[in-house]
Amino acid sequence: MSNTPNANCEDCPVHNLGNLTKLGINMSQFDFVVALAGNPNTGKSTVFNALTGLRQHTGNWPGKTVTRAEGGFVYGNKRFKLVDLPGTYSLLSTSTDEEVARDFILFGQPDVTVIVVDATRLERNLNLVLQVLEITDRAVVCVNLMDEAKRHHIEIDTRRLAKELGVPVVAAAARQGEGISELLQAMYEVVTGSYICRPHRLERTSPRLEKAISELTKKIKEEFPKLPNSRWIALRLLEGDQRIIDSINNGELGNLSRSDTIPSNA
Amino acid sequence: MKTENTEAILCTANTLRWEIGEHIHDSLVESMYADANIIASRVVTLPSEKPRFDFDKKLDKLITSRWFGFPLMILLLAIVFWLTVEGANVPSAMIASFLVDTIHPWLKGAFAMFGSPWWLTGVLVDGVWLAMAWVISVMLPPMAIFFPFFTFLEDFGYLPRVAFNMDSLFRKAGAHGKQALSMTMGFGCNAAGVVATRIIDSPRERLIAIITNNFSLCNGRWPTQILISSIFFGALVPAHLAGFVTASAVVGVALLGIFFTLAVSWGLSKTMLKGEASAFSLELPPYRPPQFWQTLYTSLIDRTAIVLWRAIVFAAPAGAVIWLVSNIHFHELSLAEHFINFSNPFGLLLGLNGVILLAYIIAIPANEIVIPTVLMLTVISAKLSGLGGGAGVMFELEETNAVANVLHAGGWSALTGLNLMLFSLLHNPCSTTIYTIYKETKSIKWTTIATIIPIVMGMVICFIIAQVWRLITF
Repeated sequence: MSNTPNANCEDCPVHNLGNLTKLGINMSQFDFVVALAGNPNTGKSTVFNALTGLRQHTGNWPGKTVTRAEGGFVYGNKRFKLVDLPGTYSLLSTSTDEEVARDFILFGQPDVTVIVVDATRLERNLNLVLQVLEITDRAVVCVNLMDEAKRHHIEIDTRRLAKELGVPVVAAAARQGEGISELLQAMYEVVTGSYICRPHRLERTSPRLEKAISELTKKIKEEFPKLPNSRWIALRLLEGDQRIIDSINNGELGNLSRSDTIPSNA
Repeated sequence: MKTENTEAILCTANTLRWEIGEHIHDSLVESMYADANIIASRVVTLPSEKPRFDFDKKLDKLITSRWFGFPLMILLLAIVFWLTVEGANVPSAMIASFLVDTIHPWLKGAFAMFGSPWWLTGVLVDGVWLAMAWVISVMLPPMAIFFPFFTFLEDFGYLPRVAFNMDSLFRKAGAHGKQALSMTMGFGCNAAGVVATRIIDSPRERLIAIITNNFSLCNGRWPTQILISSIFFGALVPAHLAGFVTASAVVGVALLGIFFTLAVSWGLSKTMLKGEASAFSLELPPYRPPQFWQTLYTSLIDRTAIVLWRAIVFAAPAGAVIWLVSNIHFHELSLAEHFINFSNPFGLLLGLNGVILLAYIIAIPANEIVIPTVLMLTVISAKLSGLGGGAGVMFELEETNAVANVLHAGGWSALTGLNLMLFSLLHNPCSTTIYTIYKETKSIKWTTIATIIPIVMGMVICFIIAQVWRLITF
């Protein structure tokens, strides 16, 4: 996907997994926070378990994880906290689980958001990916259930997908443990800044809307210069999203600053 | 943090919103779908020919079929219960004989050796220890069988199909189809079921799901159902049919619970929580072969052990309370006997008795300890001699026959058994569930309603059945 600094053995899967220390629920002092998002029933919890060594129950039905589950691991000498968000189809509506997921990605300021998608239902899953990419510019897409896709003779060009989305894309079959080391490597590159994401942003069809967004975005940027997603905030305000309006009034939005989360030596 | 600048931003947003004057939300969603479609078409290569035989589709047709869906669901439920009933007997008796017949006398001896006063031995050994011993022996084997089966069905992908089958029923009741999922979770634990209602978007429908979750028999009540059912229904038929009849009666009560879930949902959506049922799309996930060891591990560790631990934690103080109320005397009679004598007429009116009412008060923290409490209190109040270990001693009777003898001696009839099963289905949620309801709704009003509705229903229904029964039998 991208060149690693020392490509000789760092990107060898065997070596990488050897680098992984599963910390379970021991989550003291973290260097990076990872959010795990995805549609329901895409194997998010399986990925979560594979990374943390926890055995959160994985059920084959949508909506199993209703609250946030957290776990930790060490990779490349950095301590990661992994937050498993509730599975949602979108971040637009206002159900509790979608709000939990969206608020965490927006206000929790994870260093990277891993979006787990179902390889056999890629198009539908992309809706959530596109919405996450509107909010954050640090994401990794994990195309899970590649084994099922293979069984159904579905092929996915993950390289092309990475180009289209502007973020790393990893093919995985988490139940078999395939792709986990590649996922770790991709996450590591994003959080340390060695992979700079250029996320896909939605094109607006209407010029009038586009003009309104630019105007508002300008104003927001003046007030909150550090925001990574001022266009998205502008859009939410145009839609009259009460949660975002409140966050401007109570200063929550103003406090969002990620400058301190990137280590200077990365 | 309101500043002039933030005011200006919000003001601009408001003005622009009016200027645009179109549905931003729709156009956003449209452009998102368009982009997703374009990207997918560039990266996904679909198979050129359709597979000839699609196993998933065929199975879905059968499982979600109009005619086979429900019978299949009931059959699966019955099989799981039958396996649980049949499989749990022997290990239950073994654990009981170890904890009660071996450890209990040993503990008593040990306490006596260290010169413990009689009341301390009573509270700790006869109260706390026996309560825990009973809970472990009665609950561990059924749970260790029931939960893995249930988890396998879950991992395989059966639960969303159940929700799919039940969806139209819930919609007709004015509730949300996803309530079928939270209801199914309630069969494990009502507190978990109440938390699971978070998947329901609309607050109105979510409240309905929370209030009615208690009508799902939780695992603390399965043992009561199974034991009473085998005494009063299983015993009516020849031995080889007993397991089947017992399981059927339990399935019957569980189905009655589903019926009450729907009926009360309907009632609420017509009165206190008026509104239209909202539409939702439910994805039927592909069937996946469960990961055998992983499932076994999680169902045993996460579910069985956690539920058992909770039961033990609540049973221990309850054991002490039982011992105390049976041993603190006031005017010749113990506190327990006072209450039983006082509430007995009311209990009989409901086709129950004072013992059962007291047992349900003591068991508010955990439904699991209803049966041991009932037995112990029956022994005291009927002044049976030579049974059990004396006042306040919870005991395990190895054969259901022995339990039956105690209950018959305590004046129980088939009516008492039937009404106890119904009352076990219809009474207030346990304290953990009540607390969870409060945490989820943040409302004392709805917590109270969710607590009171089932117990009022239970009393009314038991009363009616008792009156009808007496009309018929006299």
